Amino acid sequence: MIEINLTKKLRSTGGSMLLDLELKIKKGEFVSLYGVSGAGKTCTLRVLSGLLTPDKGRIVVNGTTWFDAGKKINLSPQQRKIGYVFQDYALFPNMTVRQNLEFALQKGQSKSIVDNLVAIVELGDFLNRKPSTLSGGQQQRVALARALVQRPEILILDEPLSALDHKMRSKLQEYILKVHNAFNLTTILVSHNIGEIVKLSNHIYELHNGRVVREGKALDFFNAERNSAKFRFTGEVIHIEKEEVIYVVSVLVGNSVVKVVTDREEALALTLGDQVFVASKAFNPILERI
Amino acid sequence: MDWQPLVLTFKLAFVTTIILLVIAVPIANWLSSTHSKMKPVVETLVSMPLVLPPTVLGFYMLVAFSPANFFGNWLNEWLGIRLIFSFEGLVVASIIYSLPFMVQPLQAGLASISPTLKEAAYTMGKSKRTTLFRILLPNIKSSILTGIVLTFAHTVGEFGVVLMIGGNMPGKTKVASIAIYDEVEALNYAAANNYSMILFAITFAILLLVYLINGGYLKRYSR
Repeated sequence: MIEINLTKKLRSTGGSMLLDLELKIKKGEFVSLYGVSGAGKTCTLRVLSGLLTPDKGRIVVNGTTWFDAGKKINLSPQQRKIGYVFQDYALFPNMTVRQNLEFALQKGQSKSIVDNLVAIVELGDFLNRKPSTLSGGQQQRVALARALVQRPEILILDEPLSALDHKMRSKLQEYILKVHNAFNLTTILVSHNIGEIVKLSNHIYELHNGRVVREGKALDFFNAERNSAKFRFTGEVIHIEKEEVIYVVSVLVGNSVVKVVTDREEALALTLGDQVFVASKAFNPILERI
Repeated sequence: MDWQPLVLTFKLAFVTTIILLVIAVPIANWLSSTHSKMKPVVETLVSMPLVLPPTVLGFYMLVAFSPANFFGNWLNEWLGIRLIFSFEGLVVASIIYSLPFMVQPLQAGLASISPTLKEAAYTMGKSKRTTLFRILLPNIKSSILTGIVLTFAHTVGEFGVVLMIGGNMPGKTKVASIAIYDEVEALNYAAANNYSMILFAITFAILLLVYLINGGYLKRYSR
């Protein structure tokens, strides 16, 4: 159980903001933090991992106090032992993949965990390569494996897949789920991608201006006011076009484009890049073998 | 030709560079990561030798190290060190004089490393010291090389400070730049030219090597 109850004044790009958090994350859960840029998602991860010190409040993890402003307790990032996958991966450029992984070993820890992780994320072919010679997806796998070498109980993923293409994304989502289950992790993911959040997490917190404005179970969360639909996909609005009296909105679902007819009001409410659901209820979708 | 001034010059440059490397790493590391209000003050002090006339620096060190004054007297009585008109004095003066040439490249190099590298090491339970030696320094090799070479070359070229604090004692403080000045004063142009040519050639060779290494030219050929 991770209990976070704290405040921290932040200076962000749009002036100052108060991070005011109250979170309770159960052991073994896969939690996502969702929200617009600058809502305080990354800061939440940094506060939990000890890279950022709150002004007031407490952080208690599995009964151990990590931070308590009143009692002046503040464990260093070193003592917190969190597996942290950074957005830029933070692989050490001077080391090979194997050296990157072995650097994360704790004193006296057996090297067998490295081989184990290498097998899980299928890195065997790249062990002697430097990070700069790897593709984005390969670097991502190294970062994920490296974060797990010290056997943390908590895994933090800061927009880990944002730089990858769709195919790589879904492959890596599977790796993430695999390690989450294999190592009994409590995982906290920051993501903008609704599809990814729904696919991976049990519980979602939406942050806005440093506060949790909404929370809920993954599927209910993005579907709060709607009835259950027959089929439903998430996608991104990539084009809006006016044709006579109607509007045609092109939505990128996975790697195919779906055109949806909408009326004027609906179309004007959308902007390019919006994440939307494409759903149908009244009609049965047609399946055709290809 | 008397080789002593050249040997002394390179001995001084070598000792100064080694000591400065040890001193400058913690200073640069602190400067590149601190948010302290003292930072601009420390940065200014470190950079002062860049703009201050060497004679000013040399003059104050001469005053400070003189056994007639408190500090010089204390050094002399308690540690038995006399820093004026001695090789040790030249080393101390050179360290202060060349400090910015070592600190600034290291600081710039450390500041250019993504902070997440450091943070990643911390979250893996690695101490600040381990992170510095295994992650930060190995990733700024070219900055370290630049610092070493600039310090070395700058110490070789030192004149004003050496003259003020060391004087012109053969075998002790008479370095090549002083020897050149000495020979010119004695209208002995041939000897001055010998020293000058050697300094010119060596300095050129050292700097060329740095640009070859930092520019990656040597790696390209070794592949």
